[in-house]
Amino acid sequence: MSLSTAFFAVIRRDLILAFRRRAEIANPVFFFILVVTLFPLGVGANPKLLQAIAPGIIWVSALLAVMLSLDSLFRSDFDDGSLEQMLLSSHPLTVLVFAKIVAHWLVTGLPLLVVAPLLAIFLGLPEQAWGTLMLTLVLATPVLSLIGSIGVSLTIGLRRGGMILSLLVLPLYVPVLIFASNAVDMASNGLAVDPQINILIAVFFMSVVLAPLPAAAAIKMSIT
Amino acid sequence: MSIVPAPLLRFYHRMASPPHFYSFTDKLLPWFVVIFVLLVVAGLYGGLYLAPTDYQQGDSYRIIYIHVPAAWMSLFIYVVMAISGAIGLIWRMKIADVVAISSAPIGASFTLIALVTGSLWGKPMWGTWWVWDARLTSELILLFLYLGVISLYGAIEDKRTASRAVSILALVGVVNIPIIHYSVEWWNTLHQGPTVAKMGKPSMHIDMLIPLLLMATAFKFYYAIAMMLAAKVELLSREQNSQWVKKIVEEKS
Repeated sequence: MSLSTAFFAVIRRDLILAFRRRAEIANPVFFFILVVTLFPLGVGANPKLLQAIAPGIIWVSALLAVMLSLDSLFRSDFDDGSLEQMLLSSHPLTVLVFAKIVAHWLVTGLPLLVVAPLLAIFLGLPEQAWGTLMLTLVLATPVLSLIGSIGVSLTIGLRRGGMILSLLVLPLYVPVLIFASNAVDMASNGLAVDPQINILIAVFFMSVVLAPLPAAAAIKMSIT
Repeated sequence: MSIVPAPLLRFYHRMASPPHFYSFTDKLLPWFVVIFVLLVVAGLYGGLYLAPTDYQQGDSYRIIYIHVPAAWMSLFIYVVMAISGAIGLIWRMKIADVVAISSAPIGASFTLIALVTGSLWGKPMWGTWWVWDARLTSELILLFLYLGVISLYGAIEDKRTASRAVSILALVGVVNIPIIHYSVEWWNTLHQGPTVAKMGKPSMHIDMLIPLLLMATAFKFYYAIAMMLAAKVELLSREQNSQWVKKIVEEKS
């Protein structure tokens, strides 16, 4: 089997598995909507205030939603030994791990994109910022999955990895949060956002290249 | 031909052996303590007594002699941790693993000291305990990175696996620290922030600078002492079934 066949086979398999457990796909989306809904209740329904903090709210909620969904990235494969088989296969684990991350993003990151406009309406984000919001989500949610994969693979062998996972992953999410929410913020004020978008693109490509390496190394460590 | 001189290489390989490391640090420690005490006394005397009073900040600037060296150490130790973690990952050197994990709590303490002293300094100077200034924020995130390392190490039962996990995390962190630092800096300058009067960068008077450098060196030695003490304990507990530990215990009792 060639490497690319293996790559797409892993993606296909993970998508089929996810499709058979549809309820799990919906969970991060509901969580995303719910957290965003909590903010107006918490800080008050003043439209001006909400509009001002909308980029931050949407981005922090997206970040938390992705983080909570990370556990499903390797959990079942670790439990039933499929991950071990991937480790033993003749293909480099890094590529297979990358395939799993891609599948994970398609299942958890993409639905966030679909509901994001709805949340933008909820919070009264100006229409001119919608495009930027979608663009930052397209660029940065894969980064969240990629960086998160390192954290999950380090904690996969632990029984109560959840709290530690957040401690490991959230500090690493800081640059993404800063640039993404800043871009949306600027766009809603009608300013140019090219620098932020360019940096997000750079961060995206850097994490595509670099993140699977430590993730694969950590999986090897967790399994042996 | 190797570029590294042979005696240095021999020293490096001998340090990889736990009993040798143990006895070597035993010999080294008293010297380091003496140097540390001398440096710290000289630095504090110079800083708190000899250095002139600042024309803008009065005497309160003197906290710089703790604050700045601690902040330097917080970054330095993270880099040391990542490098020794990489050595541990690549050459499977036990000592490097031990050095990496023994450094983490010390680095976290220095980071905390830098944050607390910075906050104490900020109150009279900026009029507030905390500002979301770029440096403060990235120092805070550095503290979280340290805490992540410590809690990950604590959570994994098998200490050899834990060491490798910590090394991977430290390496990922070291790649990220510059990105985090610059993103935070940019974020702050973009936001403009509350216009707290930021200190200009006065070129430092030489009488103020010398004690600062003395203190920075003293802190390096303090780190070496604390790290070696922690590493020795860690080594003893990891190697508790080996012959050389048994010998040490028998000698002591």
